[in-house]
Amino acid sequence: MKADATLDCIGLYCPMPIYNTAKKLKELKPGQVLEVLADDEGIKEDMPAWCRTTGNELLGIEEDKGEYKVYVRKAR
Amino acid sequence: MAEKVTLVVFSGEMDKALAAFNIAIGAASMGMKVSMFFTFWGLNIIKRNEGPIKSRGLMRKMLNRMNRGGSHRLPLSKFHMLGLGKWMMGKLMQDAKFPSVDELIATAKEAGVKFIACTNTMGVMGVSKEAFIPEVDSFGGVAAYLAEAKESRVNLFV
Repeated sequence: MKADATLDCIGLYCPMPIYNTAKKLKELKPGQVLEVLADDEGIKEDMPAWCRTTGNELLGIEEDKGEYKVYVRKAR
Repeated sequence: MAEKVTLVVFSGEMDKALAAFNIAIGAASMGMKVSMFFTFWGLNIIKRNEGPIKSRGLMRKMLNRMNRGGSHRLPLSKFHMLGLGKWMMGKLMQDAKFPSVDELIATAKEAGVKFIACTNTMGVMGVSKEAFIPEVDSFGGVAAYLAEAKESRVNLFV
């Protein structure tokens, strides 16, 4: 999936991935896509929940050998 | 209007402080307005680490010597083992790159979390405002807490 920016959260535990995502997304324009890299499995539940609450769109989560690529589109 | 979250932080142990700050930072990241009310032993989390903390009267002086507080002096609620358990937990956290209490305090402030210290406990224990870190936003009582809690969807006691 193509993204406008990438955020590396490898090695970080809850709540830092969602905290960093919230911070990073402020730098993006509405409609742009952020790719978040993470290896804490909690991200699979946390990012969808974060998106539901904040109104941003979760485009998908790709898993590869314990690492996750999460795609979030900033709300318009 | 943003949803509100209030936390009463009553406990003064490191593990409970971590849990409280985690929730506060998570809520702030989700766009909620977060207030943390520190009361009783919880005040130890937001006391400054350096220098002596003054208080008046023999009993209060003794209490504040035994209950010095400060983010670097917080025990574990379980397996503290005179500090050995805490040292080991600190190591594990460092290995896992988990933030320390100090880092969580800084992150919480950056995320806009409000810190309120309970003046009632301060009065009983005989500690003044100068005992606390500058990150404390205000000093208040139960009404200050309830006014916020009443408007909160999430309200926790740690």
